[in-house]
Amino acid sequence: MIALPPGSASQLRCCHASGCRSAGGEALLQALQEAARDTGGTLTVKGVGCLRLCGRGPLVAWDGPGGTALFGDLRPAQAGDLVRLASPGDHEERRRDGQGSQAGSQPARGSDPIVPSTDQDTGSAAPGGAEAQPEAAMAALASQRLDLEQPFFALQRPLVLEHCGLIDPDSLDEALERGAYAQLQRCLRELSPEQVRAEIRLSGLRGRGGAGYPTGLKWDTVALQPEGPRYVVCNADEGDPGAFMNRSVLEGDPHRLLEGIAIAAYAVGAERGYIYVRAEYPLAIARMRRALAQARQRGLFGGAPGTASFQFDLEVRVGAGAYVCGEETALLASIQGRRGCPRPRPPFPAQSGLWGAPTLINNVETLATVPVILRMGSEAYAAIGTPTSPGTKVFALSGAVRHTGLVEVPLGTALRTIVETIGGGSLEQPGVPGGGALKAVQTGGPSGGCIPADHLDTPVDYESLRALGAMMGSGGMVVVDTGTPMPLLARHFMAFSVSESCGKCVPCRAGTVQLAALLDRFVEHRAEPADLQRLEQLCAMVRDTSLCGLGQAAPSPVLSTLRWFRAEYESGIAGP
Amino acid sequence: MSFLDLDEFLFDLAEQVEIVFSPVASDIKTYPEGVDLCLVEGAVANADNLELALQVRRRTAVVVSFGDCAVTANVPGLRNLITPGGRDSAMAALQRSYLELADSQAQIPVAPGVVPELLPRVLPLHEVIPVDVYLPGCPPSAARIRACLEPMLRGERPRLEGPEMLRFG
Amino acid sequence: MSVITLSIDGQPVAVPAGSSLLQAVRAAGIRLPTLCHLDGLSPVGACRLCLVQVEGVSRLLPACASEASEGLQVQTDTPELREYRRMAVELFFAEGNHECAYCVANGDCELQDVAVTVGMDHSRFPYRWPNRSVDASHPLFSLDHNRCILCTRCVRVCDEIEAAHVWDVAERGAHCRIIAGLDQPWGEVDACTHCGKCVDVCPTGALFHKADGTAEKHPDRERAQHLRRARDQHEWQHR
Repeated sequence: MIALPPGSASQLRCCHASGCRSAGGEALLQALQEAARDTGGTLTVKGVGCLRLCGRGPLVAWDGPGGTALFGDLRPAQAGDLVRLASPGDHEERRRDGQGSQAGSQPARGSDPIVPSTDQDTGSAAPGGAEAQPEAAMAALASQRLDLEQPFFALQRPLVLEHCGLIDPDSLDEALERGAYAQLQRCLRELSPEQVRAEIRLSGLRGRGGAGYPTGLKWDTVALQPEGPRYVVCNADEGDPGAFMNRSVLEGDPHRLLEGIAIAAYAVGAERGYIYVRAEYPLAIARMRRALAQARQRGLFGGAPGTASFQFDLEVRVGAGAYVCGEETALLASIQGRRGCPRPRPPFPAQSGLWGAPTLINNVETLATVPVILRMGSEAYAAIGTPTSPGTKVFALSGAVRHTGLVEVPLGTALRTIVETIGGGSLEQPGVPGGGALKAVQTGGPSGGCIPADHLDTPVDYESLRALGAMMGSGGMVVVDTGTPMPLLARHFMAFSVSESCGKCVPCRAGTVQLAALLDRFVEHRAEPADLQRLEQLCAMVRDTSLCGLGQAAPSPVLSTLRWFRAEYESGIAGP
Repeated sequence: MSFLDLDEFLFDLAEQVEIVFSPVASDIKTYPEGVDLCLVEGAVANADNLELALQVRRRTAVVVSFGDCAVTANVPGLRNLITPGGRDSAMAALQRSYLELADSQAQIPVAPGVVPELLPRVLPLHEVIPVDVYLPGCPPSAARIRACLEPMLRGERPRLEGPEMLRFG
Repeated sequence: MSVITLSIDGQPVAVPAGSSLLQAVRAAGIRLPTLCHLDGLSPVGACRLCLVQVEGVSRLLPACASEASEGLQVQTDTPELREYRRMAVELFFAEGNHECAYCVANGDCELQDVAVTVGMDHSRFPYRWPNRSVDASHPLFSLDHNRCILCTRCVRVCDEIEAAHVWDVAERGAHCRIIAGLDQPWGEVDACTHCGKCVDVCPTGALFHKADGTAEKHPDRERAQHLRRARDQHEWQHR
């Protein structure tokens, strides 16, 4: 999936997004850069965004003469080995050496599993290698090579993430080489705002933040408001536990997002915009700020030739760590410097948002899709996915699944394909009675629900998931195995809602606390028979009467597990 | 005391009911079997309260949670607020009263079997046993008590509504 | 002034355009319980007691923060709404320490009244008994956090009418509390003008005059509305 055309210069792409960083990716990148310094510039080493299979990080992709190879679970100590393997100069030397001194000690080898070329003896050690056992080192690398033909990679359809992992996120030039800002320029030169909105409307794109509202309709609503200032806001406050889709865009391809925001601003007539990023994403914040400075410096937003009519400025705003600020009205309050609490809607932000002006709020992934739609054309984009849920969606696959990481697939892909084929199924645990088998998939985080294993053939689209009592949400998918009792899982999410409630309305502030206490009784097997009804009543009350989406959706993990796994709650009732 | 405000209704009542157990109106020490109606006053604060509440429930057809202390834990429940670092207000209350505020010979009294042990939390009656009728008020007025009792003398459940009948405090 | 007509519990009413649903409900002679709402202050829709069912709208709407519009069919008293209201009131009682018997506001408390309105004879939710404090640092008034229901009337009256903005909300979820100044003792906040409007609008016994003993608080809850009317419509006399 992430492949350079054969024949390109040899390069190593080391993931230095948050996932791999947490596994030591930064030290690995430094070690690689240091080791590559001695190769005389024949080998490029660069840091890139997410390479998808986060569970095997730190990851490095090697683009060699014959194609691309991916390595996982790397340690900084292996940097030298990897550089020797990838360095074209060394290949030549080794070929020569292979005919010379080491030939005798080197048995003839068949196809080397490490190297993606026809060169059969590149797997042998470089001359003068410091390691005592160069062959062992190469064998280790061979064992860490990941098969790019496996479904995890082969079944992905990267559109939003098409350049994530390929380009250096800190390099505007690399982004430009791959076509960044080309669609913005085209819009400014060739398309009227109405035409841009028509393209988005016809593409059928729906909001990727969770609710699935038609993006084109939202843009029209903002654009058609009475004369006056307007704002564009990018919601990058990704806060669901188990969700890291937006982070990968922010960290891996920031210019794509900036382009999407600028196009949106042009389409709705906004001159000012904000990217609201949670403080827990320091790397994303740094990269977005740098990208923004680069784009400003090149005059990509206004001032550049042919863009005189389009003046747009953008600011990165950092949230203070409240989950509720992902709710649009709370987010707007926060941008305005007020307490991040939701307010009743209507009026919707499209009518009255920042400082009372019409405000377009879209999620990161929604906006990052915009340049793709304009490039492909709305018709081609709408042909991907399903008629009611067109396009691709990025999912963050985690939990009790073999392959954890980022997956971008067409909407409508069966959940089974995502979890079992792409994700490789649950982690079997031999010897654990009943443990390890796939039990359910939790989608949509603390606002979502569980889809039981026997509904895995459900296509993943907005309506199908809702019909099962779950929701698409922003794209987090947590795989649950039979070792996890469902009341425990529900309590986990309820505890999250308790601590993230803003406290403004009483059902969410006090109701979630009572729900968590009730769930404790089931988890600790001391519930009374009447508690089951109490639980259901209170869930309904919190769902129906809370002020914002956070409270309204807080009971979802309970209601969905009650729906599919009621027996587990019944077994939490204490005997007489 | 509020019960005594029922005045002449007490005579009507006495003709229709037999008081079989009361801390003040009878000498019987053991709660009898087969009781029709019990007005339970006060919150459940110690092991004796709890035991009696359970016994009342087992042996009584209709249990009335009588007054704010029984319904909300009210004043006795105030000790639930002193729970530094945990759910157990009993130890916190004892420490505060017998150790921190002691003038001399600070010690927590322990007399198993004599002084009933405090429960970790003072609880309203309905958090301990199922309750049939609630009669809030501190105290419930005589009119309110009468409005509660009269339907029950006729074998009906009272329906208490409006500020005169339902207001806490 | 244009007029709109709508139906409240089957009863047709006419109200000036721009009225809230709550005003329309009142025009129909129906009393909806409210706690966070107070005439004269901006609506926040936080207590959820005035939720109503509007035909064709899937969500319940807070009457205080929703605009009345032509032809709406509004239900204020369905069994579901009644049950939810009672649950909300029980949640208020269970989350704080609202013993009425020894409260300054006993007998003149909107929370106490609302409990009667919804028919609450006990709380089905276990009491939380939070460990909260009392701020008695102000020379004239006190704030008892135990009695606070976070309606934010004090925050709004101080901001919108007195324009001192002494009060705000800190923390989140169950830890939310009203704070003075930059989370200082009230008595140390210079911005406080000692006007007492916050005490007047407080629905419970959370804010009170220091001189008040049990059941002695009798605030002027219409003060905010009178001041608002004086400013907006130049009506200076109390009506």
